[in-house]
Amino acid sequence: MTWSLRTEGLGKAFTLHLQGGSHIPVLRDVGLAVAPGECVALAGPSGAGKSTLMRCLYGNYGAGSGRILLRHGGEAVDLAAAEPRLVREIRRDTLGYVSQFLRVIPRVPTLDIVAEPLLARGVPREAARARAAALLARLNLPARLHGLPPATFSGGEQQRVNLARGFAPHYPVLLLDEPTASLDAGNRAVVIGLIAEAKARGAAIIGIFHDTEVRDQVADRLFEVAPMPDASPAPGAEAPAAA
Amino acid sequence: MSAPLLEASGLRLSFGAVPALDDVALSIWPGEVVAIVGESGSGKTTLLRVLSGLVRPEAGEVLYRDPAGATHPVQAMGDAALRRLHRTDWGFVHQNPRDGLRLGVSAGGNIGERLMATGARHYGGIRQAAAEWLQRVEIDPARMDALPRTFSGGMQQRLQIARTLVTHPRLVFMDEPTGGLDVSVQARLLDLIRALVADLGLAVLLVTHDIAAARLLAHRLLVMRRGQVVEQGLTDRVLDDPQHEYTQLLVASVLAA
Amino acid sequence: MMAPGAENRSREAAVETVTGYNFGYLDENTKRMIRRALLKAVAIPGHQVPFGSREMPLPYGWGTGGIQVTASIIGPGDRLKVIDQGADDTTNAVSIRRFFARVAGVGTTERTADATIVQTRHRIPETPLREGQVLVYQVPMPEPLFRLEPRVAETKRLHALADYSLMHVKLYEDIARTGHIATSYNYPVMVNGRYLMSPSPIPAFDNPKMHRMAALQLFGAGREKRIYAVPPYTEVRSLDFEDHPFVPIRADAACELCGSRESYLDEVVTDDRGGRMFVCSDTDYCTTRQGTQGSAREAAE
Repeated sequence: MTWSLRTEGLGKAFTLHLQGGSHIPVLRDVGLAVAPGECVALAGPSGAGKSTLMRCLYGNYGAGSGRILLRHGGEAVDLAAAEPRLVREIRRDTLGYVSQFLRVIPRVPTLDIVAEPLLARGVPREAARARAAALLARLNLPARLHGLPPATFSGGEQQRVNLARGFAPHYPVLLLDEPTASLDAGNRAVVIGLIAEAKARGAAIIGIFHDTEVRDQVADRLFEVAPMPDASPAPGAEAPAAA
Repeated sequence: MSAPLLEASGLRLSFGAVPALDDVALSIWPGEVVAIVGESGSGKTTLLRVLSGLVRPEAGEVLYRDPAGATHPVQAMGDAALRRLHRTDWGFVHQNPRDGLRLGVSAGGNIGERLMATGARHYGGIRQAAAEWLQRVEIDPARMDALPRTFSGGMQQRLQIARTLVTHPRLVFMDEPTGGLDVSVQARLLDLIRALVADLGLAVLLVTHDIAAARLLAHRLLVMRRGQVVEQGLTDRVLDDPQHEYTQLLVASVLAA
Repeated sequence: MMAPGAENRSREAAVETVTGYNFGYLDENTKRMIRRALLKAVAIPGHQVPFGSREMPLPYGWGTGGIQVTASIIGPGDRLKVIDQGADDTTNAVSIRRFFARVAGVGTTERTADATIVQTRHRIPETPLREGQVLVYQVPMPEPLFRLEPRVAETKRLHALADYSLMHVKLYEDIARTGHIATSYNYPVMVNGRYLMSPSPIPAFDNPKMHRMAALQLFGAGREKRIYAVPPYTEVRSLDFEDHPFVPIRADAACELCGSRESYLDEVVTDDRGGRMFVCSDTDYCTTRQGTQGSAREAAE
């Protein structure tokens, strides 16, 4: 099978120096492969490490062992061993991530937040802003909000800004962490449509969907993340880590 | 992205028995923002001063790569060459704007000084550049002839940044640029720096003890403790998945906003 | 009728040379030390050379630096002219001229053309100087950067690095504040494209005369213990901006005594009802012109 992303023997554990050096294994020997145009939903009970896996796949958490292979610019690269500069390049061109929460950059207008990843790839400013505006409009964010920083937006509005930012650049690999959690039915349908279009473009999508209705509509298959035997919940398993 | 602007290796320096730098290595590439974090006395400001040639290390080497691609050991550069470098291809933003500004010279004169130091002799051209830079750092160009001592702390810091960037350096050293400012003023300054860095493709070496500032600005992070780099890597990975005990302590000490 | 200057000339010719002093007042070792400093100064145009300034029989501020330079270079065959603000007949000029007449027995003159050495405070004569002449300036503050950078060590560093942006900032500030460069005397110059130099407090009007001057220019600062020099035919440029070029300024009037429209003019208040007149600051130049005009009139009659 051809793949866009593939893990080999991926493992992750946390050592908490501030809590007596306790060692918490979360992932062991994860082997996941996603093909272009395929959407894989991570499944498993709460605390099994789905979010930890997502964060490892984005390079946000360092892999403890194993490899995370990505097709980047026609080559296979191992994200787990990549230098920071290469990780930045991969994130710019290949790998997108829609987290549950928007990390707000103070004072930057919504439109620029969405356009920024396009600008980073060299898309001309006007074209980038036009695409950003179209995507925000599709996600039912009124144009009068586009010029405002999203700090004061509601949770659902911020989520849609995050989604627009994630879908705008057409990443070949896209990670979605609860993309519809705070959305109403209408916007859920928009997101389902966006995912379908991304798949049609050949994007490989990995998602955590608690909303089974959405999951059933977009996912081609489930990937079971099994909880480690006698492991307490990982610190980063469900909620974002501190800071 | 082909070669680093600055490469340091094996840096050592101690003040008496206290090691300020203990075998520190660091590289910074064009367009990259690297933050050095750590508590007071960890050696981060010393590192900045050594990298920028202001202080000589006891051992180790700092290599500067010029726009033509040739490398020069910073510690072997003469005073004149180093000073020229600090006014052209490099910039330095001090924590206290008083150290980086002439408070008795108008805002326009402060910005113009670097241009004049590099040979600009057209008054109108200097004025125009000063007006553009004031606007870029969100200071009303009508204040061009006002003295910086009549400015607020945040304005002074923005003026210092304009003065530093007017000659289009490729590498800027920043020593706690938001230290000593009110929180609301800090946010505005950080955002301004973030936007300028992205627009100009600057490489920045930023010393800060403000983890939030580092997260907002830096692509890469170095954590220093007692003169050693105890952990380094991609900013979000170091902050979200800290490995070293000291980094975990540092991250845990930050109040989540 | 005799010109006022000619009267002085005859009076001073009567000064007797005093005995008991070395020729030129200074001892030969001191002169050698100063000449070494002068040679170094000539070799590095515009660079300030420290020297061991001696106590002189007149206070600092009265030209002790210039006098020591003159004393070190003057010989029995020299003819000395001394001016103060362009005038030969002010107390300071007369005193210094008499001093050298007494301690060196040299001839003195008020004619620029006749002098081999001209010691000056605050002016350059209008009559162009020629090869072989020496112009000695009395300098109160040799450091052009001193008002801008109070640390002496730092000014030395700035000279060493040829970093003169501070001075340009000062001129920039002048224009920003007043619309033009507000410096009308002691206007800074670049010598030989390398050193920033104070021309001493001469009017900016005189600055162009320093450029490629045929005579040797020597500068002595007694209190500050510095000597500097501009060798003949050296480039001396007044600092400026492309769009605010240096302009030598003079009062827009003719001299009421000789009618000159070229010379630098002093404004003289003639009464307490606002009456005033403009006359040449250079008395020799003015007298000479009046003399030629007088003879021309006589010839015509």
